Amino acid sequence: MQIYLPIAEMSVDVFLLLGMGGLIGFLSGAFGVGGGFLMTPLLIFIGIPPAVAVATGANQIVASSVSGVLAHWERGNVDVKMGLVLLIGGFCGSTSGIVLFSFLRGAGQIDLVISLSYVVFLGIIGLLMLWESVRSIRRRRVAAAQRRKLHQHTWVHGLPFKMRFRRSKLYISALLPIAIGFVVGALTAIMGVGGGFIMVPAMIYLLGMPTSVVVGTSLFQIIFVTANVTFLQAYANQTVDVILAILLLAGAVVGAQFGAKAGARLRGEQLRGLLAVLVLLVSAKLFFDLLATPEDLYVLGVTP
Amino acid sequence: MSARLTLNLTRAGGGMAAVCLILFATAAPARAQALVADLSRHFVAITTGFTGAEVLLFGAVEGEGDVVVVVRGPDHRVVVHRKARILGVWVNAAQMTFEHVPSFYAVAASGPLAEIASETVRARHELGVEYLRLRLPPAKASPNVALEWRKGLVRNYQRLGLYPREPGTVTFLGNRLFRTRITLPANVPTGVYQVQTYLLRHGRIVSAQTTPLSVSKIGTEAVISDFARRQAPLYGLIAITVALVAGWIAHLAFRKA
Repeated sequence: MQIYLPIAEMSVDVFLLLGMGGLIGFLSGAFGVGGGFLMTPLLIFIGIPPAVAVATGANQIVASSVSGVLAHWERGNVDVKMGLVLLIGGFCGSTSGIVLFSFLRGAGQIDLVISLSYVVFLGIIGLLMLWESVRSIRRRRVAAAQRRKLHQHTWVHGLPFKMRFRRSKLYISALLPIAIGFVVGALTAIMGVGGGFIMVPAMIYLLGMPTSVVVGTSLFQIIFVTANVTFLQAYANQTVDVILAILLLAGAVVGAQFGAKAGARLRGEQLRGLLAVLVLLVSAKLFFDLLATPEDLYVLGVTP
Repeated sequence: MSARLTLNLTRAGGGMAAVCLILFATAAPARAQALVADLSRHFVAITTGFTGAEVLLFGAVEGEGDVVVVVRGPDHRVVVHRKARILGVWVNAAQMTFEHVPSFYAVAASGPLAEIASETVRARHELGVEYLRLRLPPAKASPNVALEWRKGLVRNYQRLGLYPREPGTVTFLGNRLFRTRITLPANVPTGVYQVQTYLLRHGRIVSAQTTPLSVSKIGTEAVISDFARRQAPLYGLIAITVALVAGWIAHLAFRKA
């Protein structure tokens, strides 16, 4: 059954969109990731214009983050203060990201920048995750996990504007979370992702937050950043397709339920290893697309 | 749903018979005119289930001759990029802007165009995609460079299905009546199209007629895309609200399960 998408201006099979939403939902349920980094490339792959894919992706992530954060909220796993500080950076970052997006779109370089960002970030994160999970699987075999320090003291702790974050058990400079929020916000705007896959490692390794509050807090600020991106994309570029977002969402809700059940059966390290392989595959696919000789040297740009 | 039904009926060619009757009935007063043509409908509606449409063009000619039909979508400005390899990666390295590019362009003829119309006629009336006036300012591109760019532009439109590769056929029923089908793909741009029908004799145009064809979104699609353009900030807020509510509902459903 075909449905005409009013903003993307093309007709797509309803079940294809529901299925894609379901697949991404399954993965997000199983791995605890937003799935935006898979959704946007998939949408582009089926022919949705990249600008519409990125903007609509952000809109869909608002919904999946809300349903995710509510579960964490009930368990008290959200550090609101940290979330708000991250948001200061996130708002500035996503707003500048949109400005950059509009500029690159006009210059005809947006597709390249989107692809390159995916290749670089997914490549790095995928490798780190793979290494981490291989190491922990090995370590488990050798001996019981050693006790680690809560966090190490580095130059980061010498920065000014120190704040106390009770729930995260941290006393650090507010500049660091603001900077992280900024970078992830900019990526949200350009890549159409929630940015959880960068935010979560950054919170653990750079900020030293306890893992229990990391996901909840990350989701908390992702809601507001992606909402900001949705609004700005709708306002500046008119590229948010509500119909597309709703269809993806409907699939994702159902998929996430099955995903969560499947996820419960797999072990943590194996799960992370699998996710790492998936992330690396997407990265490699996009990388080869950039290297491969294009079908036609001449391509259409956006009409200014 | 009813819109689709009508669409299918017309597509089945049901309109043709009725239309021919009208033609015969009005044949006498039309005798003075060398060419009469009309469309089975003047309005193509893009609705939720839109997967493309077919419009029937029919008409009658007085005396011998060949018929060429040109369908032209609204003109717009198009930016074309040329890719080049930089550090192993293919990037958009150069760009050119074409003014007045038809967003849709299809030709149908009752015989091979090269035989029906002379070179000058084809060039003057833009009969055939190679005669489209897609010019670049001479200051920006020398003639042979400009030719490469325009070929690239046309290839892209052909891939999108907006410039059909093969010309359509105009079929004659007897000596006087003719018809052809205009096929619009699902990604057809909206706007007012011009359908030009030419009657040619000995390679020259003896009569011509222009019929407008309007393609536009109706129903929910029109409301949404209109709203997104005119009330962009409000549309953005609604999109966010929809997502927030959907996420909340999903959470409730999850908790139950």
